[in-house]
Amino acid sequence: MADLTTSIDVGTAARLTTADGKPLKAALASAESHARRRAFLLVAPLLAFVLFTFVMPIGQMLHQSVYNPGFTIHEDVISKQQTPIMVNLRDWFGANPAGTEPDEAAFAALAADFLVLDDLRAAGSAGTRVNYDLSGARSLFTKTVRNADDLEPPYRQAILDVDDDWADPELWAAMRGASTAYTVNFYLAAIDLTRDVNGEIASVPENRSLYVKLFVRTLILSLLITFLTFLLAFPVAHLLATLPLRYSNLLMIFVLLPFWTSLLVRTTSWIVMLQSQGMVNDVLVAGGVLDDGNRIQMMYNQTGTIIAMTHILLPFMILPLYSVMRTIRPVYVRAARSLGATSWTAFRRIYFPQTVPGIGAGALLVFILAVGYYITPALVGGADGQLISNLIAFHMTKSLNWSLAAALASILLGGILLLYWLYDRLIGIDNLKLG
Amino acid sequence: MARNTPSTTRPGPIWENEMKLKTILMTTALAGVAFGAQAQEVTVMSWGGAYTKSQVEAYQKPFTAETGIAVNSVDSDNPAIPIKAQVEAGNVTVDVAVVELADAIRLCDEGLLVEIDATTLPDAPDGTPATEDFLPGTLTDCMVGTDVFSTVFVYDNSKLTGDAAPKTIADFFDPEGFPGKRGMRKTAKANLEMALMADGVAPADVYDMLETEEGVDRAFAMFDKIKADIIWWEAGAQPPQLLGDGEVQMTTAYNGRIFDATVSEGQPFQIVWDGQVYEFEGMVIPRGAPNMDNALEFIKFATSTGPQAAASEWISYGPPRQSSSAIVGVYQGDGTTEMAPNLPTSEVNLKLALSSSFEFWADREAELNERLNAWLAQ
Repeated sequence: MADLTTSIDVGTAARLTTADGKPLKAALASAESHARRRAFLLVAPLLAFVLFTFVMPIGQMLHQSVYNPGFTIHEDVISKQQTPIMVNLRDWFGANPAGTEPDEAAFAALAADFLVLDDLRAAGSAGTRVNYDLSGARSLFTKTVRNADDLEPPYRQAILDVDDDWADPELWAAMRGASTAYTVNFYLAAIDLTRDVNGEIASVPENRSLYVKLFVRTLILSLLITFLTFLLAFPVAHLLATLPLRYSNLLMIFVLLPFWTSLLVRTTSWIVMLQSQGMVNDVLVAGGVLDDGNRIQMMYNQTGTIIAMTHILLPFMILPLYSVMRTIRPVYVRAARSLGATSWTAFRRIYFPQTVPGIGAGALLVFILAVGYYITPALVGGADGQLISNLIAFHMTKSLNWSLAAALASILLGGILLLYWLYDRLIGIDNLKLG
Repeated sequence: MARNTPSTTRPGPIWENEMKLKTILMTTALAGVAFGAQAQEVTVMSWGGAYTKSQVEAYQKPFTAETGIAVNSVDSDNPAIPIKAQVEAGNVTVDVAVVELADAIRLCDEGLLVEIDATTLPDAPDGTPATEDFLPGTLTDCMVGTDVFSTVFVYDNSKLTGDAAPKTIADFFDPEGFPGKRGMRKTAKANLEMALMADGVAPADVYDMLETEEGVDRAFAMFDKIKADIIWWEAGAQPPQLLGDGEVQMTTAYNGRIFDATVSEGQPFQIVWDGQVYEFEGMVIPRGAPNMDNALEFIKFATSTGPQAAASEWISYGPPRQSSSAIVGVYQGDGTTEMAPNLPTSEVNLKLALSSSFEFWADREAELNERLNAWLAQ
């Protein structure tokens, strides 16, 4: 449309009018903006829906991963009134650099803040925020705040009398870390880093470093599962696309039936099949292949996770492949063969390249679903088959450290976007074809 | 929670003024209602199903019979959530709610519950004061314990018999003496305590020891012994399934699930109570409850020796009162199964038992789970 308006010579356009005497250019513009408004109204419900259910929650999650006001603001559960807390201590932190030995002024500030926590009944929530960085801080806070009224100067001694853990430099470092609502500490924790007593970044002890390992495992398992679904789906999709309709329809039912079955049912069915007292092992033992004492452990480990997830995600690979293969005309391969190509060459150079858009779509679908998979690894994963999503769920529902869960989820999201960008650069997102 | 009166000019707790106002309003409103009929009632919120049934039979019916106060029984998936919402909205319709210990402490810390003075609870029939009759930990500032459930370990006694059958928690961590797969819940909670008890640590010292690095190392050293044999479960329905399928020789489990599997499905499961880790639920009163006096009276009645024992005849949760455990009869569901051997709180089952520490896990669950997961990923 833009081409149309610009191509009209300006001088002529001024003279051209519609039947009721309006300049043609103005009439066109008004008709166009009318159409645009109508089009916008049509998509407005979807836009609003996407904004409210997709963009906003993700934005909120990203925000939560760098923002936690647990140690700075208390919100009353009844009145929703917000009160700043730990004001005196935060002032002291502001006046003294990291690593300063807490003096009497620091403890006096702490004692004054305890009185406020006691009034607001906020000791539990403030302590919980520090507890994210230093286990044991929560009960230290509740215990000390319970005695807040009895604290007399000199405050250092009074507070240490309640519990001498208050002298721990790590506690002061954790409180300093929590004293600003905006922080990158949750991202540090999500990649197995922490801050030492001087505020410097350091790695967590070996026996607690976990997340990087799980991110890597999630990535590797997801790639492996994507590759396996591709291997299994390619011949099936080809068969579906080339068989006569009455056979391919029947085959299609076999693909769709499990697709329509509940995820939990499929997962538990795999447990029944693969567990060491399960059907597969029973058959192998009955057939004399295996000794009864040496049944294969295929469930509650990585093998179980890979098998169950590959099966569950298989339709997401078959369907895009099938829809692309249906559109490939057999004449190309026949032409190649008639020009002397072997069947392998014809497949490699003529048929396969035409299926790439389907492979891309299927692989992207399967991979993205696999990195976020939760319930299957939880049920069949055992010790070495769990993924990062299981830890995100743990922090969402058990430890209630939503900021860490959000940081982990954001890293996962960032990783996927990075892979998507790579995919776009290497293969091109325009080549993606879902049907 | 002993709170001294504020010595400075700090404002008093927010609810005090509100309470006064509410009392005046309430009295005025009640005076109007009471003019018509002296309807005495109390509303109790519980979890539904067999659990509510046990409380209706054991607490509510006898309470109404004795006092004439009608009990409205309502259910929720987790009563802690609606009562929190009600108190926050200032529109409380529930007088008594049954909640888990962790929720009771959290709501109490947030100032949403009425504090209950444990010394006013009725004594045991032999005169033991309530504070000594209740198991340690089952009385908190705002909650009176009503039932105890437990994480135990269990084996199939049709397969393991005689000397092959495990008898103590140490046997669970002994792969040479008792070979085979073991089911464990994929969490640090309860497993660490069991590992230390298996290593000979007295229950009273378990949490002190777990607060130290060496104590945690010691528990993980016990896990190391059986690492290759552990099958990790996640949902409470899994252990009876794993054991029934012969997938594991023994597994940790919640005692209620095992009781159901043995009594209702006739599975040959045998619980080993040695080294059990128990937790509890209890009754609380939300602030602003419409029938505060009746609520307190109901709690005193329901948590007295007789009703506590009666409830355990309907469900395999143990009474927190030691005087109740002694007089529990048969399961009312079939009329034949003796309940005492099936309850976490029976004296014979409490020989080596530990009360799960809420404080400890609120402090350390995240850290220790990270450690467990890092250990699993090694």
